[in-house]
Amino acid sequence: MCLAIPAKVVAVNGWLAKVDMMGNQREVGIQLNPEVQIGDYVLVHAGFAIEVIDEAIALETEELLLEEANAREDGT
Amino acid sequence: MPEKMEHKDKARALAYLAAISRLADQPLTIMEVCGTHTMAIAQNGLRELLPANVRLISGPGCPVCVTDNSDIDRFLFLAAKPEVITATFGDMIRVPGTKKSLQSLRAEGADVRVVYSTLDALELARKNPEKEIVFLGVGFETTAPTIAVSIETASRENLTNFSVLSLHKRVPPALRALAADPEVQVDAFLDPGHACAIIGTRPLEFMAEQYGKPGVVTGFGVLDILEAVLMILEQRAAGRAAIEIQYKKVVKAAGNVRAQAMIEQVFTTADASWRGLGLIPESGLNIRPEYRAWDAAAKFALPRFDSPSPSGCRCGDILKGRIAPDECGLFSATCTPLQPVGPCMVSTEGTCAAYYRYARK
Repeated sequence: MCLAIPAKVVAVNGWLAKVDMMGNQREVGIQLNPEVQIGDYVLVHAGFAIEVIDEAIALETEELLLEEANAREDGT
Repeated sequence: MPEKMEHKDKARALAYLAAISRLADQPLTIMEVCGTHTMAIAQNGLRELLPANVRLISGPGCPVCVTDNSDIDRFLFLAAKPEVITATFGDMIRVPGTKKSLQSLRAEGADVRVVYSTLDALELARKNPEKEIVFLGVGFETTAPTIAVSIETASRENLTNFSVLSLHKRVPPALRALAADPEVQVDAFLDPGHACAIIGTRPLEFMAEQYGKPGVVTGFGVLDILEAVLMILEQRAAGRAAIEIQYKKVVKAAGNVRAQAMIEQVFTTADASWRGLGLIPESGLNIRPEYRAWDAAAKFALPRFDSPSPSGCRCGDILKGRIAPDECGLFSATCTPLQPVGPCMVSTEGTCAAYYRYARK
């Protein structure tokens, strides 16, 4: 599954980062992108940051995911 | 057209469709090889929006769907062991093996836990020292680096009760098998956005250079997919074949070098059997001998199974794009999302599941 969710890095502690992922806080592994900093936006897949992305892209992707989630709920 | 599309996006979509129509004077078949693309196309009714000359078909893009029946029976064998806690991503829970599934085993008392991340599986191992935690490694190159990290972490911490059954597969060898197969009639490919974020585009270039098939690394929205289709048509009009990136905001040609290094450190390539496509050389990832202590296949001396596919299930032909789901005799009759026969229906991103949900008349 290629699903990857945008998230904002709010804290970094060793190999883990605390992120804000579409309203939820969770911890993700940053072994694949160890240079991430607080304030960066990342794409999260299976609990790991796989890519650092622009804020603009993060927000666009969030919108897209919300649209799709709503579409699924509506059964369209 | 998705109803909730904003005005400006609708305008862009219509502009792409107009440009696509102008260039679609000859038939063109495009295959996508990513479960998330399968769903995005089905959910948004893109096949109906595109001109009749442009055919979008689904290929082997769902790692759950391409897991061979024999491999399913192998992990069910492990999951049934009383000392084992099986940790797995959610989409494997209902996949049927020859006789059982993880879900049915769980009903019989097996300890099966759905996890979101291998990091959760590592934590299970730390918290349950008297148990053996086996993680089911299913996924392509987007997921494989995360499993590599978990094995490397277990090795560093000397976490002896954690192991991984690696059923990981690689996308480029599957593309090669499809390009070389005379039964597969595809002109171009939509390439997987996040798998390519990891591996970059270099491993795909042979598709254009050796086989003359254009490929576009594509994002997951309607506009991304339409733009990619247009890029393919433009290549054809110019008589070119190349691997291009539509999903530029996320994918670099070099990919994620660190993630590639992690895969290389922990895994080695090996021949692997794909449901429907058979044995594909170098298409699997096996755990390296130096990490043998975290390789569930070695640790549990897992027997080899020779399991036949369920009778009447045409998942294999569907994965090659040879038939559509509704051409399978079981589709919607004996095989439904509630009672799936094969993985193409079980997986939330399987071709049959997508078709059942969005495309049935």
